[in-house]
Amino acid sequence: MAALKDIKRKVAAVQKTKQITRAMNMVAASKFRAAQARMESFRPYAMKFMEVLDSLALRVNPEAHPLLAAREPKKIRVLCMSSDRGLCGGFNTNLIKSSERFVKEKMAAGLSVELTPVGRKSRDYFRRKYPIINEKTDILGKFDINLAVEISDDVITPFVNEEFDELYIIYNEFRNVSMQRPVVVRLLPLPSVGQEGEMDPDKTIDYVYEPSEEVLIEKLLSMYLHVLIFRALLETSAGENGARMAAMDNATRNCDEMIRTLTLQYNKVRQSAITAELMDIVGGTEALAKG
Amino acid sequence: MAEELLLEIVTPEKMAFSGEVEEVTIPGTEGEFGVLRGHETLLSSVEIGELSFTVGGKKQYFAVNTGYTEVTANKVTVLVETAESAETINRERAMRAKERAEEKLTKLSKDELEFEMLSIALQRAVTRIGVSEKA
Repeated sequence: MAALKDIKRKVAAVQKTKQITRAMNMVAASKFRAAQARMESFRPYAMKFMEVLDSLALRVNPEAHPLLAAREPKKIRVLCMSSDRGLCGGFNTNLIKSSERFVKEKMAAGLSVELTPVGRKSRDYFRRKYPIINEKTDILGKFDINLAVEISDDVITPFVNEEFDELYIIYNEFRNVSMQRPVVVRLLPLPSVGQEGEMDPDKTIDYVYEPSEEVLIEKLLSMYLHVLIFRALLETSAGENGARMAAMDNATRNCDEMIRTLTLQYNKVRQSAITAELMDIVGGTEALAKG
Repeated sequence: MAEELLLEIVTPEKMAFSGEVEEVTIPGTEGEFGVLRGHETLLSSVEIGELSFTVGGKKQYFAVNTGYTEVTANKVTVLVETAESAETINRERAMRAKERAEEKLTKLSKDELEFEMLSIALQRAVTRIGVSEKA
């Protein structure tokens, strides 16, 4: 039977762990709220942006633009966006698993694949396995639109120069606090704009364009890439903290459970020790009385 | 008083400004242009520069990054990647950024890729300093 002291020490250790997980839960919760607020404030920008892009796409022939050029894919590049830090449940594991599946599929189809890991966790995993290019790590703690611009700048020129033919991004789509799902989105050539929306051409406003429509759409398309990447970053950041919140909540609950069973065990051991002692005393007095 | 115009400055981070103004001056790609109520519908690209508008006879300044603007008769929407009002600009930081960019630029030749990026950074810093002086 375990000694009383050992159990006591174990309870103390679990209690400390619980303190840490509870603190991490609270930190994640506050970061999560901040990330969610950023997502909220990004929405009007994204919506307005899409509106204008769609209306512009109706009047210029979008196929003409190099960022929209679809080529027979031979080389592809994959942006794999994970978090920088762990302890957030299955958040990164799920993402890495589906990224690897995706990469293997593409390789099996005879394409050569380059990976751009964004976030330390995916870098650490893929570093020795696949060719890595332009990794970005330790960035999710604090980032703004410039990070999305940087990531886009790293891909636009090589894409236009036909160094690779397609660009995919894999990130955890944010559904709600306890649900994130890895999704694969093709970024380049850019998803066609305007066509699906079936906009009524009569309703679109007749703008005066300055400079010309062609120059404008070129600029808007690269901004479109920024918007898409920035959204993925925001969702990753919100998802990471949401996942960590849930994971730490679970951990805290498990600690409680463990403390409860350990305390019960402690009491049982204590009780039997007392009983044993009593038996000793009773036996002693009985022996004395007989003598 | 002139009729008012609704101005919205939207960035990915926040709604930087939203309200009625009398007049806006926007740093377009083909030069600065002013907008009053009743302007022709216009879609223009916006460059790094100084955006200003008048509210109640008082001028306010913003340093904006690249983006575009949509102008209709009674509303101006400016979508830019960053926008900072003159009051919120950290002048010292802008100064440092300017010095840093200038120092690096002297060491680079013109055809390097970094040169272009640094020139943009420099331009941004100079704009921010200029705008912050008007606070």
